Amino acid sequence: MVRVEFLGPIQKDALELEITDLSQLAAILQADESLHEWLTNSAVALNDTLISSLEGSLKDGDKISLLPPVCGG
Amino acid sequence: MLYLYDGALNVPKILADWYTQEAQSNYGAYIPFIGTVRSEDGIDGLSFDIYEPILNSWFATWQKKAHEKGAIIKMAHSRGDVLLHESSYIAAVFSPKRRVALEFIDAFVEDFKASAPIWKYDLKDGNRRYALERSTAIKGSGLLAQ
Repeated sequence: MVRVEFLGPIQKDALELEITDLSQLAAILQADESLHEWLTNSAVALNDTLISSLEGSLKDGDKISLLPPVCGG
Repeated sequence: MLYLYDGALNVPKILADWYTQEAQSNYGAYIPFIGTVRSEDGIDGLSFDIYEPILNSWFATWQKKAHEKGAIIKMAHSRGDVLLHESSYIAAVFSPKRRVALEFIDAFVEDFKASAPIWKYDLKDGNRRYALERSTAIKGSGLLAQ
């Protein structure tokens, strides 16, 4: 099971998904209309490290986080 | 050194604490930047969410860069609500010489604005509204929209 967390202002509960790669995750999230804008402007972290590619596989216990635009200070 | 607080920062205490901590460290320069909530657009204040795991690793990367220049960084930030004329952010660089500290604080704060996983909301009329138009998408955003 892979956990997907939506951080900051994305008002959505975490998901637990049976997926094995990020392309599957992209397809699932793209089917959710409420996420369309967030998918275009959010960064993605795998186990709390930002990633720059959808390549590679996911394993049981992995955590994906979506990080929308930031503004600290 | 990264310090997170609930609510507004006690700026005089934090600045004095940091000064005391490094008073005998032989740094020639202590350059703080303090961010204060201004009155604009009728807001009552700002509010912040923080994602600590990635903030910690982002900060550690900058601390390593500072060490390579013989400097250190300290940063304090608020969680939750901070009202007008209170402060939510302090960053400071200590270095042997002023030029390194002046250049480093500029680069650090710019990257903080663009990359640190902190989300800002306007407090207005009892509502907490995400400040999307003042926010910056982290480099590499949009991966899952492809």
